[in-house]
Amino acid sequence: MNNKLKSIQLPIKTVDDIVLTRRKAREVAIKMGFGLADQTRLASAVSELARNVIQYAQQGECEISDQSTPEIVILQVLIFDYGPGIADLEAALRDGFSTSQGLGAGLPGCRRLMDEFYIESGLQQGTKIRIQIHASSL
Amino acid sequence: MNFKTPLLQLGDVLITSIQTDLSDAQVSEFQQDLVRAIGVKNANAVVIDISALDVVDSFMARVINDTARAARLVGAEVAVCGIQPYVAMTLVEMGRQLFDVQTTFNLEQALAAVKAAVDVRL
Ligand SMILES: Nc1ncnc2c1ncn2[C@@H]1O[C@H](COP(=O)(O)OP(=O)(O)OP(=O)(O)O)[C@@H](O)[C@H]1O
Ligand SMILES: [Mg+2]
Repeated sequence: MNNKLKSIQLPIKTVDDIVLTRRKAREVAIKMGFGLADQTRLASAVSELARNVIQYAQQGECEISDQSTPEIVILQVLIFDYGPGIADLEAALRDGFSTSQGLGAGLPGCRRLMDEFYIESGLQQGTKIRIQIHASSL
Repeated sequence: MNFKTPLLQLGDVLITSIQTDLSDAQVSEFQQDLVRAIGVKNANAVVIDISALDVVDSFMARVINDTARAARLVGAEVAVCGIQPYVAMTLVEMGRQLFDVQTTFNLEQALAAVKAAVDVRL
């Protein structure tokens, strides 16, 4: 069976794009059969990451794709930017750490919400984050 | 983008709502409008309806907290109402107490909560 959804690329350039991006992610989640709880988790996670792009890197990109295997339905979102990057990843993933007087809840919260969370970043190297939600295809 | 703060008065309570994510400029406008209205209309309480939000991320949570704090500074009691069940669940799963303002399921409970708080004060 090969009816995977085509992957979708979206720019993240303005605050409005935050809303558009998470809406698109939710749409894809609905199409792939995820329930309301997962849809909301995904939309929140995407919102956090897209917001970070706008806040810290001004602009970036988002790619939403279907990475399902025969056993598992996998929705993946890749969000990346070529902004300043994160100097201390461990600190950034800690609850309450913020360089902008925020709540510091975005990255650690996003990590808890997702079935898969992968982050790659370094000073002057931009930031790349991959998240996935999973469901059994049975 | 132009933004108008929706405001409804019910006795000494102001009811407002957040319809979608706000930009930084809209956030200031919303907070200024609300604080001004509390003064002009002599309100003792504010209820903020967020039932239109299908996502509350940590930025919007902070906006709501800051707005509530500003309203309290000018003497109004504050409650947030209408949080969607899955939004509430997701906020809990994110792992931190993101709201430091009283939240209720519906408008009626929010009105009761702020009225009780005003009564205690008077
Ligand atoms: N795309 C990014 N580029 C550069 N730095 C980032 C990026 N995303 C996050 N950071 C850094 O990691 C820190 C933690 O991010 P996180 O989203 O957890 O919290 P926050 O954005 O500060 O506050 P909140 O998300 O709760 O409003 C940020 O303060 C920032 O320093
Ligand atoms: Mg953030």
